[in-house]
Amino acid sequence: MGTATTRIQPKNRVLAWIEERLPVLSFMASHTTGYYAPKNFNLWYYFGSLALLVLVNQIVTGIFLTMHYKPSAAEVAPGISAAFASVEYIMRDVEWGWLVRYMHSTGASLFFVVVYLHMFRGLMYGSYKKPRELLWIIGMLIFLALMAEAFMGYVLPWGNMSFWGAKVIISLFGTIPWIGESLVIWIMGDYLPADATLNRFFALHVIALPLVLLLLVVLHLGALHEVGSNNPDGVEIKAKKNADGIPLDGIAFHPYYTVKDIFGTGFFLLIAAFIIFYAPTFGGWFLEHDNFVPANNLATPEHIKPVWYFTPFYAILRMVPSFFGSAIWGVIAMFGSIALLFLMPWIDKGQVKSIRYRGFGYKVALGLFAVSFILLGAVGAGVTAEMIPAWFGAEADATFIENVFGRFWTLVYFGFFVFLWVYTRGFEKTKPVPDRVTTHD
Amino acid sequence: MTESMTSRPNRFAVLFVGILFFACLSTGALASGGAGLQAAGVRMDDQASLQRGARLFFNYCSGCHSLRFMRYQRIAEDLGLDPKEVEQSFIFTGSKIGEPVVSHLSFEDGTKWFGKAPPDLSLEARSKGPDWIYSYLKSFYVDPSRPLGWNNTVFPNASMPNALWELQGIQAPVTAPAEHGHEAAIERLELRSQGSQTPEQFDQTARDITAFLQYVGEPAALKRESIGVWVLLYLALFTFLAYLLKHEYWKDVH
Amino acid sequence: MANDAVVDQGRRRFLTATTSVVGGAGVALAAIPFIRTWEPSAAARSAGAPVLADISKIEPGQKVTFSWRGLPVFVVNRSKEQLDSLPKVDAQLRDPNSDNAAQQPEYAKNEYRSIKPEWLVVTGLCTHLGCVPDYFPELKPEPFDPHWQGGFYCPCHKSRYDIAGRVYAGVPAPSNLAVPPYHFVDDTHIMIGVNPGEAS
Repeated sequence: MGTATTRIQPKNRVLAWIEERLPVLSFMASHTTGYYAPKNFNLWYYFGSLALLVLVNQIVTGIFLTMHYKPSAAEVAPGISAAFASVEYIMRDVEWGWLVRYMHSTGASLFFVVVYLHMFRGLMYGSYKKPRELLWIIGMLIFLALMAEAFMGYVLPWGNMSFWGAKVIISLFGTIPWIGESLVIWIMGDYLPADATLNRFFALHVIALPLVLLLLVVLHLGALHEVGSNNPDGVEIKAKKNADGIPLDGIAFHPYYTVKDIFGTGFFLLIAAFIIFYAPTFGGWFLEHDNFVPANNLATPEHIKPVWYFTPFYAILRMVPSFFGSAIWGVIAMFGSIALLFLMPWIDKGQVKSIRYRGFGYKVALGLFAVSFILLGAVGAGVTAEMIPAWFGAEADATFIENVFGRFWTLVYFGFFVFLWVYTRGFEKTKPVPDRVTTHD
Repeated sequence: MTESMTSRPNRFAVLFVGILFFACLSTGALASGGAGLQAAGVRMDDQASLQRGARLFFNYCSGCHSLRFMRYQRIAEDLGLDPKEVEQSFIFTGSKIGEPVVSHLSFEDGTKWFGKAPPDLSLEARSKGPDWIYSYLKSFYVDPSRPLGWNNTVFPNASMPNALWELQGIQAPVTAPAEHGHEAAIERLELRSQGSQTPEQFDQTARDITAFLQYVGEPAALKRESIGVWVLLYLALFTFLAYLLKHEYWKDVH
Repeated sequence: MANDAVVDQGRRRFLTATTSVVGGAGVALAAIPFIRTWEPSAAARSAGAPVLADISKIEPGQKVTFSWRGLPVFVVNRSKEQLDSLPKVDAQLRDPNSDNAAQQPEYAKNEYRSIKPEWLVVTGLCTHLGCVPDYFPELKPEPFDPHWQGGFYCPCHKSRYDIAGRVYAGVPAPSNLAVPPYHFVDDTHIMIGVNPGEAS
């Protein structure tokens, strides 16, 4: 039924005057009480609204951090930049500053937890298939913008991992033929990540990318409401409507899903609060030990690695060896691992949306894909490198073993897309899809 | 994934998340401790230990090491120390009590005399962890090959001398027999001459200093957890009410 | 869908109201730390700490300006001639008895507007629009007042104050120069920012 067929006529004269000129209330009604979502949403369907909650958290806490943070690499004490000192100022001197900081850093990691689970739901239930291809693409664009936003945010404290992480990632652009080296210097605004780099990353992180993210989220929700949501059975609820044009398997978003999402919010906040108040560094995974040391361009941390949410892609980057004197192949593989996700609607030609009714091969493939993502993350985080001496002895060739392991799972990751391409073009045996949804939560 | 799995919270999802959660926490624990370090066993709720650690720090460490992100006043308030005592026995540099702890040893002089200027220790506990600091303080030994005559098994070729030798006494290395082509490895350290403290007393001294530095790394930690209790209780109440509300409305849906 | 005969509307209203109230309280409580991040930080409080002023070198008739919380604080060692002039100008003043309690602490509500008669301690900001007034110590005719008995003259809009900081009537400034909290640590030191008997 698309959007905006509900028309509100307020009795209050002021509201009616506004409504006549800008139909705010009608708009809100058509997207809440007038928008029908499938009644069988399960646990996997909480993550969209949770992502929105975390976005709001990042913006609000981010604004308050910006009130005290200083985006300058200039030294205020030997070896300590104004930026680094301002973060500690927030943690100690600003009333409740520590709480705002932890809400922001925990929110950043939880954003990726939520988004990865949200994306996995899309893969499981075929939410990228027609007519939701554009919805999926906008979502992938949000993911890209989010990764850029998180990367730049991590540079801002100007700790040693901020500096070296920036150096490594920016230098990837140096592998591009012809323009690579100039491009790297142009990005940094200097010959190494320096004050110029920090200042521009601050501007991008604080206003430019958040505006892009907000625009994309609005488009994402617009695209969703136009076609209507998918569901765990992959059944199109608009195919069966009652006499009033309301899907038989649909329920009004408000009050049913508002009330359900509020509950989901409470539960999620419990987990977030536990982390913020009892384990804010999350064992060094959310706030890394190496970043409590000020940036030092002459001393690299022992193990340079990105924050956990980038580790699978970082592993793919490292696992692809250099050929013909260029390291660009790893870079291409890394970007390719994300680009292929954009193309899911066209790689997966299966007619059945939900995993519940798909062939056994699909279930195995998706399971292996998820496992490969996690294990590649372990490789990228250096966890496998740490465990190899314990499992294989101190004399073992750790690099060789890690490469074998990492390259295997890289092949599994890419193999998922190759498999799907072939499998869904004539080999998949699906189960019959019901024409009504099977249950609700 | 079959239909029957979906009428209750998806078990696969919960299991998946649970495994990840605990894997993360455990590898995090691995990362912070690590090979060869002794467990510090510091207690942030032991105010007496923190107070002793503060006094030890200002007597033995602050001559060279700054705590630029820590103010004297905050130390007095958080650790229950008398501001007058702090002003008189902690401040040697003419600073005011509201100002940060900055050592008199300039960066230039520190570099000149020690080869590497003594670093600021505000965040040492957050980057290296308490076990590292504790083990480091206990692991100095005499080494005539070093400029200041001291070396350290936890931080080989450290530029720092053993500031606590009068308390600890002097340790010397016991080496394993040198293998062909390799240098003699240090098996353990042995106390060669007594200090003013027994080994148990010195362990506590090292623990107190470590506890103080852990506090300095994150002063908010002293009250973070107690505030967290209230937040979690509130959220549990809210979530419970939200669940009742959700359940009530969802009676409509079949 | 919803069968109204079976729906307990009362329970729904109750649960909605209760959850809303508890949720609203949570939002309000959560807002408090954010609002408090605007309070002066420990750095600001340290920079705004009380100032120990050494007054041993200030000659009679001389004014020295100290900075406290970013405010200029005038400390004047008043001569006998200046002190004697005070009662003479009472009739020309807007608030000769310092009745406006906002402008000075209790212990400065006297004819000298100070703890010790010789030592004037006032905030050097004109109470009109905040300019820093000039010090005209000598009792001689001035262009702005042919019977000048010494005091302060603000060049911005021509407000005048006597040698106790009391504002003349008929000038733009509405009140006397403010007396900040202060006390004598000893005969040669004033602590600006702390009232007598208070912890700092």
